[in-house]
Amino acid sequence: MQNLWIIPVLPFIGFLINGIFGRKLPKIVINVVAVSSVVLSFLWVLKVWSSAGDLATNPISEHYFTWIQSGQFNVGWDFAVDKLTMIMLMVVTGIGSLIHIYSTGYMAHEEGYYRFFAYLNLFMFFMLNLVLGANYLILFVGWEGVGLCSYLLIGFYFVKKSATTAGNKAFIVNRIGDFGFSLAMFLIVVNFGTLNFSQVFSAAPGKPTGTLTAIALLLLVGATGKSAQIPLYVWLPDAMEGPTPVSALIHAATMVTAGVYMCTRSAVIFTHAPIAMETVAIIGLATAVFAATIGLTQFDIKKVYAYSTVSQLGYMFLGVGVGAFSAGIWHLMTHAFFKALLFLGAGSVIHACHGEQDMRHMGGLRKYAPWTMYTLGAASLAISGFPFTAGYYSKDAILGAAFAHAPWMYWVGVVTAGMTAFYVWRAFWMAFWGDYKGHGHPHESPWSMLTPLVVLGVLSIVGGYLFNVPKILQNMFPLAEGEENMMLTYISVAFGLGGIGLSYYMYVVNRELPGKVSAALGGVYTLIYNKYFVDEVYDATVVHPVIEGSRTVLWHGVDQGLIDGMVNGVGSQSQGIGGMLRRLQSGNIRSYATWVVIGAVVLLVVMGLTAAGYAGGFEVAR
Amino acid sequence: MPDPSQLINSGVPVSWYLVLSAILFALGVAGFLFRRNIITVFMCIELMLNAVNLSFVTFANQHKQVSGHIFAFFVMVVAAAEAAVGLAIILTVFKNRATLNIDEIDSLKN
Repeated sequence: MQNLWIIPVLPFIGFLINGIFGRKLPKIVINVVAVSSVVLSFLWVLKVWSSAGDLATNPISEHYFTWIQSGQFNVGWDFAVDKLTMIMLMVVTGIGSLIHIYSTGYMAHEEGYYRFFAYLNLFMFFMLNLVLGANYLILFVGWEGVGLCSYLLIGFYFVKKSATTAGNKAFIVNRIGDFGFSLAMFLIVVNFGTLNFSQVFSAAPGKPTGTLTAIALLLLVGATGKSAQIPLYVWLPDAMEGPTPVSALIHAATMVTAGVYMCTRSAVIFTHAPIAMETVAIIGLATAVFAATIGLTQFDIKKVYAYSTVSQLGYMFLGVGVGAFSAGIWHLMTHAFFKALLFLGAGSVIHACHGEQDMRHMGGLRKYAPWTMYTLGAASLAISGFPFTAGYYSKDAILGAAFAHAPWMYWVGVVTAGMTAFYVWRAFWMAFWGDYKGHGHPHESPWSMLTPLVVLGVLSIVGGYLFNVPKILQNMFPLAEGEENMMLTYISVAFGLGGIGLSYYMYVVNRELPGKVSAALGGVYTLIYNKYFVDEVYDATVVHPVIEGSRTVLWHGVDQGLIDGMVNGVGSQSQGIGGMLRRLQSGNIRSYATWVVIGAVVLLVVMGLTAAGYAGGFEVAR
Repeated sequence: MPDPSQLINSGVPVSWYLVLSAILFALGVAGFLFRRNIITVFMCIELMLNAVNLSFVTFANQHKQVSGHIFAFFVMVVAAAEAAVGLAIILTVFKNRATLNIDEIDSLKN
């Protein structure tokens, strides 16, 4: 027994302590509880990793109790760890620990400090359930739980209307995806009779392609919701209303990659459903391009990184879709390093600028916040695919696989890589070069925030080289055959460097140029700047009809008209009848008596007539 | 001493008793409906009860069964109880409203 249950339970204990007693606890205790619970969890992961032996040949599987027993159908509370899970565990607990440490500095002056850490610990609990679960239902429990925590944390500043709206949006959009996921699970139960990963995957190759395609596509619907892919990506940019560490932990490094993890976990189903695979690849690629173009034009630093996240998640799905599952997971991991760092760095920048998020009001921060600049620079290099940084390896692996699958996908991916490099460096130059254009005096962040930045900065540079995920996972996903085409690498690196160079030219050397370019593009720029009006289109086609339909049909029509009408109708009819009947109640006793006599006479007459109906009724009685 | 049933059966027909009972009952009803004094109304009720009693005992004799007598006793007991309660109510009403006119006691109307 490796006691895997300790891994998620530790943060849960932290959640209980901070959630129940946090209001009365001093900050230092909250910090210790919140951070140590996650760090201990990370250490336990390391302990499991070091003592488990070879996970490729001996995956750990632990059964705790039977959760659902219904006839032949059986769901246990089972955890399992193979190499894929181990990578996810490392990423989640490792980066989770760093972000918890960072948050102690970033959130130090916020209201509801304990609430923040309670939610964050609860999130860790659910996320670890998600990756540890050995069947779809446990995964789904975590899946829904992280969605809940995401909602709670996006709406953390709940006095801000925009924050609560963004929380609701994230939650509701995710419901659509979760609906698809639920349907996929129902199909799996119907066709396989079980939800256990091992049983499903061993039986999957024998099932008809149509069934597997349906399951895979429905799983994909779930993944597009959670991992912010077209068409359900709209919640993620709005989710930046939450505190920045939340954006880093949930909306960049861990939760949003759950869809990629789930698709990779279900690789057997996907590989036997070619149409679904193609759909995954195309959705991923489309999302990557689409979000990257929006990222080019945004001015809110967190929005830039948010669209970048959507775009990079698109890359991961491209990797999964072209069959390079391990490359997708590799990018998931490196992305977790550099995107968490980008967000934490952005948080540090925002902290330095006293809460300013608009990049047009930053600038010149290299003088005031050098450590933030170095680390953010490292992350920006990594995401641009600069040679030998983390992003270089993983992006290259995905693009190589995409070329092998279909060359046009490679070219679109490469252009996207160029755009990626352009917008992250645009943000970098705008924040750190030039003169400070904001208010107050910018300042460097405290060490509690910088330490995680430095650790992640180092990982962003060397993480891809240190952790060669495709090699680690080669037992599950065989390495690609054939020679590596170095030409492909050179081209993608060239695009990345080109993007960096262009952004340097436009935002450092010739600063008049961006304005001219956007003016020259005119309508196209407006379209992209307004995010292709997707939110507006959804609003007009889905949100507005639903709200209006609810109001006119369901509220005014069904609820007020039908249901209230029925209830009120019964009431007013009773009143009407009562109004008539009460005239009998005159208060005059003699009139009552008259009624009694009349009633008695009527009864007697009726009885007499009835008796006369029977021949000689009285004679018989006598 | 001659048997009372013998006496009834010997001469007076049953229908006479019943007619007498009906007349008494009708008088009771008429008094109940048309008189305004509560005490009179009350006595009319007693009259009706006793008219019914007369019918009971007549039929009991006619059919040679005891149940009619028993019913008559029941009615007497109830009438006694009713007299006690009814007179108490009448006294209270008079104390409170200083009237015995039944038409003026109509506060439960509508």
